[in-house]
Amino acid sequence: MEALAAVGNRLRRVLEVVQDVTLFCASVLRSAFFPPYYKHEIVEQIFFSMIGSLFIVMFSALVAGQALAIQLARELAKQGAKSELGHFMVISSVRALGPVLTGIVVASRMSAGITAELGTMRSSNQIDALVAFGTDPMKRLVAPRMIGLWIALPVLTILGDTLSVVGGGFIGLGYHVTLQSYYNGVARYLTPANLLVGMIKPVFFAILITTVACWKGLTAEGGAKGVGVATTESVVISSVGILVTDFICTKLIFRVLGW
Amino acid sequence: MIEFRNVVFSIRDHVILLNVSFRVTRGQTRVILGPSGSGKSTILRLLMGLWEPDSGSILVNGEDITQASPERMRDIRRLMGIVFQQGALFDSMTVGENVGYTMLEDKHPEDEIEEAVERYLTMVGLSPDLKDRMPDELSGGMQRRVAIARALAARNPGVLLYDEPTTGLDPQSAERITDLILHLRDTMGKTSIMVTHDIADAFKVGNRITVLDRGVVVFEGTPEELNCAEDPFIEEFLEPFRKSMAAAKSREECGPNAGRSATGPPMPQPGGNP
Repeated sequence: MEALAAVGNRLRRVLEVVQDVTLFCASVLRSAFFPPYYKHEIVEQIFFSMIGSLFIVMFSALVAGQALAIQLARELAKQGAKSELGHFMVISSVRALGPVLTGIVVASRMSAGITAELGTMRSSNQIDALVAFGTDPMKRLVAPRMIGLWIALPVLTILGDTLSVVGGGFIGLGYHVTLQSYYNGVARYLTPANLLVGMIKPVFFAILITTVACWKGLTAEGGAKGVGVATTESVVISSVGILVTDFICTKLIFRVLGW
Repeated sequence: MIEFRNVVFSIRDHVILLNVSFRVTRGQTRVILGPSGSGKSTILRLLMGLWEPDSGSILVNGEDITQASPERMRDIRRLMGIVFQQGALFDSMTVGENVGYTMLEDKHPEDEIEEAVERYLTMVGLSPDLKDRMPDELSGGMQRRVAIARALAARNPGVLLYDEPTTGLDPQSAERITDLILHLRDTMGKTSIMVTHDIADAFKVGNRITVLDRGVVVFEGTPEELNCAEDPFIEEFLEPFRKSMAAAKSREECGPNAGRSATGPPMPQPGGNP
């Protein structure tokens, strides 16, 4: 009976957290869509999330794209379909791997930074001070981060996809796939629909990263240790959440849009 | 005027405040005194609308803020300036941006903000040259002064709230902060609420004192009445203070050679030459 009660309590707490996060997410979206806007903070966040993540995203995309191209080129060579390398690289990079990889790299970097910063601000009463001086923390701290990621993440995804596909082309040379043949495959399958699929996902990833990171930061308790725990949880939830969101988006895009 | 009426507040079934009532009239300095964990800082958070009480009412100029909408609460907060524990300065902003924060938010002209920042820094005894420094480059005492300057600059509030303004400071810095609070009280006539566990500060600054013990008001009155209170908790709470006062008194009775060490030159006396 006690075990049953404990399970019930645990379930109730989980549902409470889900409810809190959902309400928080709605509040974040409301803050991001309606003025007033803190323009200076938005520009700062775009710079921080885009320029700050640029090198790591480009490097990861290049390396991952080349690793993917090696696998694909080997298998396609066995089937005598080497000329399809460009086609497969576009589908796997632009539609699937690119957005997820960029999302996870940015999530690791940004969610840790956001949670640590907001958690420290909370534990040193800076959030309360903002409220006390008439500022809405959702408007000043959360909305600029959301808008910043909405702009930065698709741009980073495009850059990552480009490097991934270009890197694949150079790997193809090693398997006697000419650049012309590779380019033809890329050009044929780089359709607006495929590009759009790769651009829709980062928008949802940005909502996920900002909601999780800010919520964890703003609810962090227990001083430095609490902020550390919240930061770790934020990175784990964001990263796993991106994989789950990617699955849901892919499924919905196939089902609803038929792309 | 500020009034707490039978305020009850709890966090996760743990009662923090139980039927707390007191009134602060215009120009008065009310000290909320009590040991750590007695719920003192909670009173300020409730007053700023950062937390909501379970029951009871909190009146600011006759308006019950527990019934106020978030928009109205933002306006009510403008009547008050708060100095948080440890200062709570915005660490990503310079000293000047901290002091002029509310003016920046209200989009005042830049030169007006700069002039106000310099004025308020001077008022709290700091050099205006510090305005371009970051908060972590300042000592704890200087950070508290900046926090007071920020509270004063916050739309020139009629009420100042101090949350443990001297905690964690060395005795000299703590005394300077207390003197500054006294100066602001006497020269600007601000209504103030100071939360502290420092009994000496409470006697020095307060017109009225409220003593809390585990969330319950155990005393309300003037400093003189507190000194004469016969409640066992008050007796025990004041004992260390009385001992230190007695020690200070006996130190005064030590005579002119009191500052002379056994082996070295005489110790310096406050405000005078050795």
